[in-house]
Amino acid sequence: MSDAAVELEDVVREYRTGGEVVAALRGVSLRIDAGEYAAIIGPSGSGKSTLMHVVGALDRPTRGIVRVAGEDIARMSDTALALLRNEHIGFVFQSFHLLARTSARDNVALPLVYRGTPAAARRRAAEEALGAVGLGHRLGHHPSQLSGGEQQRVAIARALVGEPRLLLADEPTGNLDSRNGEDVMTLLEELVTERGVAVVLVTHDPDVAARARRVIRVRDGLIAEDTTRAPVAPATAPVAPATTPVAPATASGS
Amino acid sequence: MNFREAFRTAVTALSANRLRSLLTMLGVIIGVSAVVALVALGSGAQREVTQQVQGLGSNLIIVFQGELGGTGAPSVSRLTLEDEESVARAIGDPSRVTVTATSGETVRAGTASAFASVQGVDEDYVTVFDRALSTGSFFGATDVDTRRRVIVLGADTATALFGAIDPVGRQVTVSGVRFSVIGVFEAQGSAFGVSQDQQAYMPVTTAQRLFGISTVDGFAVKAAEIDGIEEVQAAIVTELEATYPGVTFSAVTQTQILGIIGQILSLLTGVLAAIAGISLVVGGVGVSNIMLVSVRERTKEIGLRKALGARRRDITLQFLIEAVLLTTVGGTIGLILGIGGSMLVDTFSRLPAQVVWWAPVLAFAVSVGTGVIFGVAPARRAGKLDPVIALRSD
Repeated sequence: MSDAAVELEDVVREYRTGGEVVAALRGVSLRIDAGEYAAIIGPSGSGKSTLMHVVGALDRPTRGIVRVAGEDIARMSDTALALLRNEHIGFVFQSFHLLARTSARDNVALPLVYRGTPAAARRRAAEEALGAVGLGHRLGHHPSQLSGGEQQRVAIARALVGEPRLLLADEPTGNLDSRNGEDVMTLLEELVTERGVAVVLVTHDPDVAARARRVIRVRDGLIAEDTTRAPVAPATAPVAPATTPVAPATASGS
Repeated sequence: MNFREAFRTAVTALSANRLRSLLTMLGVIIGVSAVVALVALGSGAQREVTQQVQGLGSNLIIVFQGELGGTGAPSVSRLTLEDEESVARAIGDPSRVTVTATSGETVRAGTASAFASVQGVDEDYVTVFDRALSTGSFFGATDVDTRRRVIVLGADTATALFGAIDPVGRQVTVSGVRFSVIGVFEAQGSAFGVSQDQQAYMPVTTAQRLFGISTVDGFAVKAAEIDGIEEVQAAIVTELEATYPGVTFSAVTQTQILGIIGQILSLLTGVLAAIAGISLVVGGVGVSNIMLVSVRERTKEIGLRKALGARRRDITLQFLIEAVLLTTVGGTIGLILGIGGSMLVDTFSRLPAQVVWWAPVLAFAVSVGTGVIFGVAPARRAGKLDPVIALRSD
């Protein structure tokens, strides 16, 4: 069995709104291995965003254990979390989140700035990453000069430039038309396969989720279903998935 | 992220919003240039006072009723011509004492007229004040005793009334009374942009009748030497206070008078600098305000940076540098404007201005300091933003 990229044990995340305590996650246990390709799917309000934030070390659980790269983030300081995200996690967002008035190259190099990489090495790495997403000819372009698909490819280059163990993509095709969305997904899949990076897609789009080998369905703050397709099946011939239903009681009770 | 990266990021952010950055800096620019320029004007005035002191010589004593720089209402002088003898007795030499009775009057010659300070003095005036005439002569003791209607003009008054023509032997009228011009003084120049040559001198007895008074404003004494001048001053005051029991008199040197003026000027300079300093602080508040807006506007950017690994202090540093950069650049522009403006005023206007080293240094330090002080709160707020909330914001 390969190393865990991220591991959750009975994670509870509660928010206090006004006087009430709202539980977004009510006891989630989950393990995503290095190189795995998983999709988290669920309706809005199901807790999938919160799950992504916890998995991405953007947020700490109220209770439970979240291990990223073997370390429990629950007890880490903000600074340590920032360092952890910088080294181990890449993010791709629905609305790209590129810095305007900053070239594609500098956008991609941004994670390395916070890592303290020297400028020349940053530049080289950024150009390489942009080359890998097919934008080697767009290094100096600003986001406003790029199409949506190109912008998302810049964002993918940025997510991968720091060589993370885990890539989190939050509705990566949500702002793209179907052709560009298809291109972006293909690119994402190629790159992560090449590099052995674990990918977690967060989406409400079943078509996008269906591309992943493993689909984790979230409902009411719990994992309702965790399905892994047989690895042998080619994309053209969908095989009936081997579903492993996870009883909500098991997840929250233990 | 090291300092250089944070600096680069801040410069990029500020130049992306050039107009806003400039307007934000404007408060600091105005504050710093105002401090520098106002202090320069104050120091220029003080420099002029010092030069006046050196020009006058310090053995001139002015005698008048009341106290120098006193806070009470000015009292009407009770001194008369007879008191000149008391003063002369105190110093032991009548030729070193002169009297003054002054009034602002319009002097006319034909169709020309000029406003002048008309001074009734006696024959010793030229000796006591070391004045020289460019043409004609001054009046003598007989002219004073016989109340002759003769007049000696200041250089500017002479030019205003007669142009290039020699006024000696010509007639002028003051309050409807005719006077013969017998001399013109050499020009003294101006002090604080005010001409010292718009004057006319006549025998004090004539002046008293013209103004309808029996008193005089005071006396001027030229001490024989500077050593022991305090004793002479004291002797004069004692003599006069013996004549008028219960009335206060002063006998002060020009140096003392100008010293008081200097003190008033430096107080004034301080007050002006403080007011300008307030505008500097207001400028700092402006910077703080814009930084808060900027933090709010760029919440998403902050969230993204944090997601990518920016630590709290990376973000705080970035925004703090932006604030300090605004006030530093603003302060520098303010310095250039303030110093340049002061030099222009000194060269091309009648107002003196002198840039003293401490004003620019202080103003610049304060402007940079306001950047730090007023930048800290917004920068810390930016640093503390929760990345989850920041990324979600719209």
